[in-house]
Amino acid sequence: MEKIEENLLETIAGDDVRTGAYNIRENGKGVERQVTENVKIETKKDKSGIDIYVKENTKFDIVHIPVIITQSGLKDVVYNDFYIGKNANVVIIAGCGIHNDEHNDTQHDGIHRFFLEEGAKVKYYEKHYGEGKGDGKRILNPVTEVELKEGATMEMESIQIKGVDSTIRETKGKVYKNANFVVTEKILTHKDQLAKTIFDVDLEDKGASVKVTSRSVATENSKQEFVSKVVGNAECFGHVECDAIIKDHAKVISTPEIIANNVDANLIHEAAIGKIAGDQLIKLMTLGLTEKEAEDKIIEGFLK
Amino acid sequence: MLELKHIMFERDNKKILNDINLKIDAGKFIAITGHNGSGKSTLAKIIMGIEKQDSGQVIFEGQDITNKTIDERARMGIGFAFQQPVKFKGITVLDLIRLSANKKMDRREACRILSQVGLCAKEYIDREVNDSLSGGELKRIEIALLAVRGSKLCIFDEPEAGIDLWSFQNLIQVFEDIQSRKNRSTLIISHQERILKIADEIILMKDGEIQEIGRPEDILKEVNAQVPCCKIQYDEDKEKI
Repeated sequence: MEKIEENLLETIAGDDVRTGAYNIRENGKGVERQVTENVKIETKKDKSGIDIYVKENTKFDIVHIPVIITQSGLKDVVYNDFYIGKNANVVIIAGCGIHNDEHNDTQHDGIHRFFLEEGAKVKYYEKHYGEGKGDGKRILNPVTEVELKEGATMEMESIQIKGVDSTIRETKGKVYKNANFVVTEKILTHKDQLAKTIFDVDLEDKGASVKVTSRSVATENSKQEFVSKVVGNAECFGHVECDAIIKDHAKVISTPEIIANNVDANLIHEAAIGKIAGDQLIKLMTLGLTEKEAEDKIIEGFLK
Repeated sequence: MLELKHIMFERDNKKILNDINLKIDAGKFIAITGHNGSGKSTLAKIIMGIEKQDSGQVIFEGQDITNKTIDERARMGIGFAFQQPVKFKGITVLDLIRLSANKKMDRREACRILSQVGLCAKEYIDREVNDSLSGGELKRIEIALLAVRGSKLCIFDEPEAGIDLWSFQNLIQVFEDIQSRKNRSTLIISHQERILKIADEIILMKDGEIQEIGRPEDILKEVNAQVPCCKIQYDEDKEKI
């Protein structure tokens, strides 16, 4: 692997990507793979992608499935399915990095489906990043579909901080009895970038819960849209929180939808969009930071 | 150390400050008091550069800082504790303490500062400075930020507001500690008699003007007559804590 590819890999997946089970995809093809006793990875036969099987009762294994693209003009679509056995407990680190030095658009659409059996626990980290000097766009459209059986827990953290020109991110979930889905999203957009997030979660049984926290910063001429829909079909709890900082000529749209189909469904949606508060800037300036430094610090904290 | 010359400030056609002239020497502890709306907070904000006067000059250590920004004044050695502390998302107490100290301060030292203002440091050091903290907790953190900064001139805008009795005792100690540092000056806006009593001088403001300046023993009666101070009532047991 060349230096650009290694750097991309490290940016999205850290420097320990080759520990535990992993599958590295580069320019539309799987290039490196390692399986473990508890984590099996198989190439799909009918379409591009992999199936990942985690044995029941697996404890604290880590699975890396990064994607890197350096070939300008490539449109890569991948289907990855995760089957997490009963009471397994794993950390899955995904993400995609695009390096585009040319004029052609480069695109990666990752469709990830998670099937968690009873009592399974997954921490899922997804980082998206773009770089390169070309004016070809770097486009990422991740889809995450989640099915959580009784008592399962999934924590998903999604970060897009830099260099992605366009993204439409869809997260769908079906959460069953006493299962818990926690989603944290952090997005920073600038220039003419577009970022759209669509959440659609059904809480199907008693004790099901979802907590979605979205923090985003839209700067320059970028546009962000946040659409969330939580449906409560039983005695359940759903909380969606969308906070956005808006700067320059950016636009942010937040569209909440909460639907209670059961009298015991407890659903909350909170949304706040606004520029950086003047009193926050002033406070940090009284500590000696310039206005620009204060602004950067506030954004850094907000997205931390 | 600080000199204000002919400061005028008007808002909505109402004179908030009318020809304020004032000198504060190095090493002095000055308390400003007066009715609400007398112009105290506006005056403090003009010194920090948060508000911009319509006319007049601000001189700090012999340098005209009238056109300096807030951060320039902060770096020159003026510090400010707000009456209503500001909240942040994602910024922790430790982050703010380190920013204020302007150095890589270790956790132990940061904890010591928090303890000075009566906060159990371990419980607070990694907490975000947000709505999860009470008004009193935020206020004590605000005071700690100024205590750690080492400013030549520390300005406190009603530090006692929202502070409970036990913390108030510590607060006095914090002011005395700051004041004990060589050539440091403190400017406190306050209605509390305990604070006014420990000042070197009290400035009484009324309707945007300085009505009187004097030592506590000389003018406290007059101040009490015009602005009935809130006396902290504390019993001996609490003082022993």
